[in-house]
Amino acid sequence: MTEHYVSDAPYDPEADRQVLDRADLDAATWVLVWRRFRRHKLGFACGIFLALVYLALPFVGFLAPYGPNEIHEDSINAPPQGVFFTHAGSWVGPSTYAVEMVPDRDTFTMREVVDDTKPMPLRFLAACGKPHEFLGLFETRARLICPAEGGTFHLLGTDRLGRDIFSRILWGAQLSMTVGLIGVTVSFVIGLVLGGMAGYFGGWIDATVQRAIEVFRSLPELPIWMALSAAIPVNWGPISVFIMISVILGLLDWPGLARAVRSKFLALREEDYVKAAELMGAKPSRIIRAHMMPNFMSHLIASATLAIPAMILGETALSFLGLGLRPPAVSWGMMLNDALNLTAVEIYPWILTPMVPVILVVLAFSFLGDALRDALDPYS
Amino acid sequence: MIRYLLRRTGTMLVTFMVISFLVFLIINLPPGNILTNQIAEMRASGEEASIAKAEQLIETYSLDEPVVVQYLIWVGAWPGSHGFSGLLQGDFGWSFELNRPVIDVVGEYAALTAIVNLAALIFVYLVALPLGTIAAVKANTWIDYLAGLIGYIGLATPNFLLALILLTYGARYFDLPIGGLMAREFEDQPMSWAKFQSILVHLIAPTIVIGTSGAAVIMRRLRANLMDELYKPYVETARAKGVPPVKRIIRYPLRMALNPFVADIGNLAPQLVSGSVMVSVVMSLPTLGPILLQALKAQDIFMSAFILLFVAALTLIGMLISDLLLALLDPRIRLGGRRKAA
Repeated sequence: MTEHYVSDAPYDPEADRQVLDRADLDAATWVLVWRRFRRHKLGFACGIFLALVYLALPFVGFLAPYGPNEIHEDSINAPPQGVFFTHAGSWVGPSTYAVEMVPDRDTFTMREVVDDTKPMPLRFLAACGKPHEFLGLFETRARLICPAEGGTFHLLGTDRLGRDIFSRILWGAQLSMTVGLIGVTVSFVIGLVLGGMAGYFGGWIDATVQRAIEVFRSLPELPIWMALSAAIPVNWGPISVFIMISVILGLLDWPGLARAVRSKFLALREEDYVKAAELMGAKPSRIIRAHMMPNFMSHLIASATLAIPAMILGETALSFLGLGLRPPAVSWGMMLNDALNLTAVEIYPWILTPMVPVILVVLAFSFLGDALRDALDPYS
Repeated sequence: MIRYLLRRTGTMLVTFMVISFLVFLIINLPPGNILTNQIAEMRASGEEASIAKAEQLIETYSLDEPVVVQYLIWVGAWPGSHGFSGLLQGDFGWSFELNRPVIDVVGEYAALTAIVNLAALIFVYLVALPLGTIAAVKANTWIDYLAGLIGYIGLATPNFLLALILLTYGARYFDLPIGGLMAREFEDQPMSWAKFQSILVHLIAPTIVIGTSGAAVIMRRLRANLMDELYKPYVETARAKGVPPVKRIIRYPLRMALNPFVADIGNLAPQLVSGSVMVSVVMSLPTLGPILLQALKAQDIFMSAFILLFVAALTLIGMLISDLLLALLDPRIRLGGRRKAA
């Protein structure tokens, strides 16, 4: 007779129900999102890059070797200055050579003459130049990089007024990088309100909003931006102009967002939990805020990230045409405004360098947006 | 199909009317106009005689009326000082800056603007369709990566910068005629075969510049859509039955992926037209772009309003064309009434 055997191990009849359908869905949503986001190496790197840039914006005065509108009469249209580490075979650390601009009688331009007999070591964490306000708290002359006493440090050359292009790129980042944020906020608010109303209430509100979306979507953006920014009074200060331009950029961008919100609303309205909340007497505002928002916010954040590059490019285009920001404000587009003069581009090609940060930032936002869009929907 | 065409054209006309009002409103946003500015200037320099003339112009063009009345007069739906004389009657207004009727100034430019935009649209089709298809079929090979790289660069480089780069280096290395839309000697000449050829050659650079970013977007979309289709069972079946590769792709999956492609191009029309304005300024093309910039800066209201309206009309026509193409391609749209929201 065979012995009947029963395992001693405790038996849990609920065990089956505790096994996840999908092994990768074992954590809270934000953990899943984070995990998935980390997998997009490029998008993740772009996110870190952008975060670093935004963190650095308040400290530009410390990071840039010169002020944004500091004019160097002796080096007008000076080409990028090389940085050397060795001199005559021996290590001297990062240094520059003295450069003098002399008129060239053959080409009728200024030519640089490099005096490569004496290296001028750059100073790090030193005090130099004109004082700048540190975080708006106190004035200081401390800077990360300083040229040698009596020397110059124009890493990317200077423009037609003898302003250091490298420093101006750093200063310009302050406005060029924030214009997109403000613009997106504006379009976000408009898109959310209009799209939400259309999707939630339906009926004539929906029809009106749909028509409005159609009209706005078929407007050629740039000419309208041009007309709107040309309408900004000439006597406004640089800050008000900056805010106005950001708002203008946001004003035309909302239709895409409103559409996305509307279709999400239409889909979510049919969900059981929304019906339940409605039956329990929740007000529309509460249903939208507490029940529907969490479900489409992630999608919207990704869309907004993808909308920022268009704004940055828009500001660049407007300032480039001379309709955007006004001096003494500095932005990448305004720096490129000098490049409208084709002869200047031909002779001094380094005035085009501000396009490098523009391209980098736009690409970074695109990659980050793509990665976010994918990561924010971890259940797919 | 006829019914669809009529309905679509009808909505387009309504949209166009709304846009015309918006445009007029925007143009009239800044306080004052070119005439009041001139008057202030004249007053400062003491030219009393000209002031009277400028004030008379204000009277003639009813610039002292409320904006809505001004708009109706401009459109031609309200009697101005010359009776009904507005857009509907073919009177496009007066350019105060250049002291000529708007229509005289924009005449030839308008045609060239349309040509440049059309060329860019065709360029987008011609480039995005084959490249997107190849990128999808050869996914994750070097061709795909190259196409992707070009696409991303096209996406991130503002087209006016592309124009600048082409202007400086294109002329040097490729011997492309850059800047302007025709050789100098053909300007003010009647249209001839030689002039036409000259225009064609000059169109190359602007077309590439305007079309690249759009083509980049469309290409990526087409690639994604086609990739979705390529791995469906029906493609597998076709393969199993021995349909040759090219036919296998073009016959079914490409047709499926073509719908969003055409719809996307319609959505692209505003972007293309915007780009052309910008690029024209940089490359000094004889299109409406540079004139618009100048008119906006001078607050030359009728001039700016007309150009903005013309540009908006171009956009709408571009969207209409793509909608009709879509209807031709997809019977569900021409028969089914309302389009689903994308």
